[in-house]
Amino acid sequence: MLALAVRNLVKTYPNGTQALRGLDLDVPQGDFFALLGPNGAGKTTLIGIVTALVNKTAGEVRVFGHDLDTARDDARACVGVVPQEININYWDSVQNIVTTQAGFYGMTPRQARVRAEACLKQLHLWDRRRDSGRSLSGGMKRRLMIARALMHQPRLLILDEPTAGVDIEIRRSMWEFLREINAAGTTIILTTHYLEEAECLCRHVAIIDNGRIVERDAMVRVLRKRQAEVFVLDLRDPVRAAPVVPGYEIVLVNEHELEVEVTREQDLNGVFAGLDAAGLRVVSMRNKANRLEELFMQLTARDGTDGRGGQGG
Amino acid sequence: MSLRVQFIALYTLVRKEATRVFRIWLQTLMPPAVTTALYFLIFGHLIGRRIGRMGGFDYAEFIAPGLIMMQVITNAYGNVVSSFFSAKMQRHLEEMLVAPMATWTIVLGYMLGGVLRGLGVAAAVTAVALVFTRLHVAHLLVTVSVIVLTACVFALGGLINAILADNFDDVSIIPSFVLTPLSYLGGVFYSIALLPEFAQRLSLFNPILYMVNAFRYGMLGVADVGLGTAYAVIIGFAAVLFAICMVLIDRGTGIRS
Repeated sequence: MLALAVRNLVKTYPNGTQALRGLDLDVPQGDFFALLGPNGAGKTTLIGIVTALVNKTAGEVRVFGHDLDTARDDARACVGVVPQEININYWDSVQNIVTTQAGFYGMTPRQARVRAEACLKQLHLWDRRRDSGRSLSGGMKRRLMIARALMHQPRLLILDEPTAGVDIEIRRSMWEFLREINAAGTTIILTTHYLEEAECLCRHVAIIDNGRIVERDAMVRVLRKRQAEVFVLDLRDPVRAAPVVPGYEIVLVNEHELEVEVTREQDLNGVFAGLDAAGLRVVSMRNKANRLEELFMQLTARDGTDGRGGQGG
Repeated sequence: MSLRVQFIALYTLVRKEATRVFRIWLQTLMPPAVTTALYFLIFGHLIGRRIGRMGGFDYAEFIAPGLIMMQVITNAYGNVVSSFFSAKMQRHLEEMLVAPMATWTIVLGYMLGGVLRGLGVAAAVTAVALVFTRLHVAHLLVTVSVIVLTACVFALGGLINAILADNFDDVSIIPSFVLTPLSYLGGVFYSIALLPEFAQRLSLFNPILYMVNAFRYGMLGVADVGLGTAYAVIIGFAAVLFAICMVLIDRGTGIRS
């Protein structure tokens, strides 16, 4: 079953901006799905339409088979959303924020209190339950929004840049938490500008650009589509010039670092054989850029005259 | 979604609104009480003693229903405007918009929040009035129904204002330039029988006149307008404003892109 099915979705804002231009997208149930794209590509507009915060111009959206036009409330009951911008009531307490949200989904106060304890403990916010929203740090506010979105146990959780501005330690713990709830059966759609995050967490990826999907596949297959990859090699001994290895383009970064581009037709063995022959010892190696980032740049490369610039991300 | 889910959502919204009113009681309940005390002191006692009797009652007794109603109108309206508009500006209104809440649940929830604030203020102002004058209740059912219906009308008006408002100016224009003048000219401080004929006829186009007079009839048993007409005007306004709120929220006017 599809958690989300989008057909020919169009959104034109009143100022004439076409944020979505006939977008099609399927997200299978149980998936951990990355939705990537540059700023203004249409990601936030798409999420806004799915969560009923933005009115679509044309097209069809189904959430677990519920049509957004004919069974809007059933569709909304399946979705939990963590928006890009902080949207909590700053004057309300942490506990009230989550229990109120649960009430809006039809949970009784008693059910909401029990569920709030579980969610706030999972997100390490239970000790702050009586504090007001405004007293929380940026990372805590983001975790509070995740707890709020999970209160009604949604089948589809949409996270719009949930780790923006969150420090590395909390980000890693949030990754673990998201993996756990995905493993427990919740379908997750994640948008992020941290491509390492998408590569690390998601099984499928769609890249949206200029209101259309330009790539959609399993993460592993998408990563294989890269034309070339650049590696940084750390040398044990200093060198004065880049060594010459036939067939490879090697650049000297500094006396202890080389950069080498390896295309899909080549392999790393040839590089190491050439360096070995030149008497150079490599002590470590890393990708110059995140692999997904390279593909992302390749797919969304443009000359800057495309008239892009939607109302959201 | 089932009716049970909608009632739980409605209860949640009303409880949230009521909690807000009583949490910030210094901003919501106290100012009307202080203002009303000043009205009674200045108009009721100092000036009222020179005016003498009106409609068969001491001037302070005559203006008491109007003063209570004026505060109910202002506060029912102001409660919904400030609550809904701040939720819109801080974007936590989205908590409701993403949930499976029916449009009528949202409209009814905010309306009842405004009514609760109106009744809370009415209780505070009535307590103040008792310090300065005697209060009568000639027709209890009329008194209660008119105050509740009037609070509904202005809570719904406040909701429309908040939905359509884009900035803070938009939420202050109507109270300052429409509500206050209409309240003062709606027979709070005088019987329209004192006005020239043209002004009397003009006053009949002021809906607040019907609310103040129906409430005065409930308390004192006297009014400048017929009770049936007053109920028709109040219920008619409530129904039309409720329908407008439903259409605006359903379309997402001012709240959805």
